[in-house]
Amino acid sequence: MRRSVSIAGLAATLVLGMGALGADQKSFVVSAQQKQEAMEVKIDNFSFGPAALTVPVGTTVTWTNRDDIPHTVVSTDGVFKSKVLDTDEKFSFTFSKAGTFPYFCSIHPKMTGKVIVQ
Amino acid sequence: MGSKRKDEILHDHNHDGIDRRGFLKCMAWAGTGAFCVMQGGVLKSYSLSRLPKLGPKEAMGELSFVQISDSHMGFNKPANPDVAGTLKAAVDKINSLSAAPEFMLHTGDISHLSKPEEFDTVDQILKSATPKDVFYVPGEHDVLNDDGKQFQERYGKGSKGNGWYSFDKKGVHFVGLVNVMNLKAGGLGTLGHEQLEWLEDDVKHLKHSTPIVVFAHIPLWSVYPEWGWGTEDSAQALAYLKKFGSVTVLNGHIHQTMQKVEGNVTFHTAASTAFPQPQPGTADSPGPMKVPAEQLKSVLGITDVNYVQGQHALAVVDSSLA
Repeated sequence: MRRSVSIAGLAATLVLGMGALGADQKSFVVSAQQKQEAMEVKIDNFSFGPAALTVPVGTTVTWTNRDDIPHTVVSTDGVFKSKVLDTDEKFSFTFSKAGTFPYFCSIHPKMTGKVIVQ
Repeated sequence: MGSKRKDEILHDHNHDGIDRRGFLKCMAWAGTGAFCVMQGGVLKSYSLSRLPKLGPKEAMGELSFVQISDSHMGFNKPANPDVAGTLKAAVDKINSLSAAPEFMLHTGDISHLSKPEEFDTVDQILKSATPKDVFYVPGEHDVLNDDGKQFQERYGKGSKGNGWYSFDKKGVHFVGLVNVMNLKAGGLGTLGHEQLEWLEDDVKHLKHSTPIVVFAHIPLWSVYPEWGWGTEDSAQALAYLKKFGSVTVLNGHIHQTMQKVEGNVTFHTAASTAFPQPQPGTADSPGPMKVPAEQLKSVLGITDVNYVQGQHALAVVDSSLA
């Protein structure tokens, strides 16, 4: 019983995901190639760089902590939340919906950034 | 190590194979804290490094305790590859005091990454200190990943909310506050409504002449908000303390000593036992500061406070390990 429910859920997710991908597939491929370097956010000197990152739907963004001090990457609206990242540790999140996603470091809340997904 | 006199640190090459003399000479700032003495109701704080220069009169009061802060156990970057060594150095300084302080305050960032073994190491090192009682408040590094659950289990027994509490020693009312939880994007340290209400109630029935010592991790005054060095709602907390003749606020977090007097309130921040941070605005970020070897010991500290009963104010002076 439980299994059939979860399979149904998975199928629904797949259909939705494919729908979203299908609609935007061309622009996604082009911008991903053009802006490949921008899919990374580096944490340096207590700041996110770039602080604002614009990406197409479906992009996986990876944050890397290059400070000597741990940081976190936490969505202000509760969409994503990393564990604490020590030096050189990474966190990735795939943005499957369009929108603006503000985030901050929950240890040093003055550190803020946003990902704009188009 | 624990019971040795401070001079011995400089001649100790043994144990783990590290040349501790060389290391601690380089880490001249290492392992400091503050010795706090209440004198005439004034809390005086001396960096542990200045203690040899203290006369017996200056070191004596009705109550003395030690503040240490920001041990960051687990940190191993170039700014200090041996934070255990520098914490031990601080304990040795404390143990070398002629009159043993009554207790210790640890103003947070005990650990670097909230790992159980980091807390264990600090507990182990502090066991060798003469003062047996240690009162803790959490730093943001102590409540990572679990909303402070582990900190509460280890250090927060009998505390309220996220770990705040108060106690009395020789007529002085001590209040430990928590301002590192539920931090909001773009904001500073936060005490929160529930804790503020508790504080108001906690001090309501105290006599105005009672000396108050408040300790918390992030400064309760605006040291440098651009780097998050302040607490959003500290003004409300201080408003509840206005009626008292002597209020001392002890904080950590900024890894350097600073003092400020505002009316009846004296604010102090203690140095870190682990690594120094830059002065506000003097660097791109508040990250760990690598300082020249000859300066190192002068920038880590321990605060020691002494209190003379029957009078009113407190005074604190921070001292370095040099």
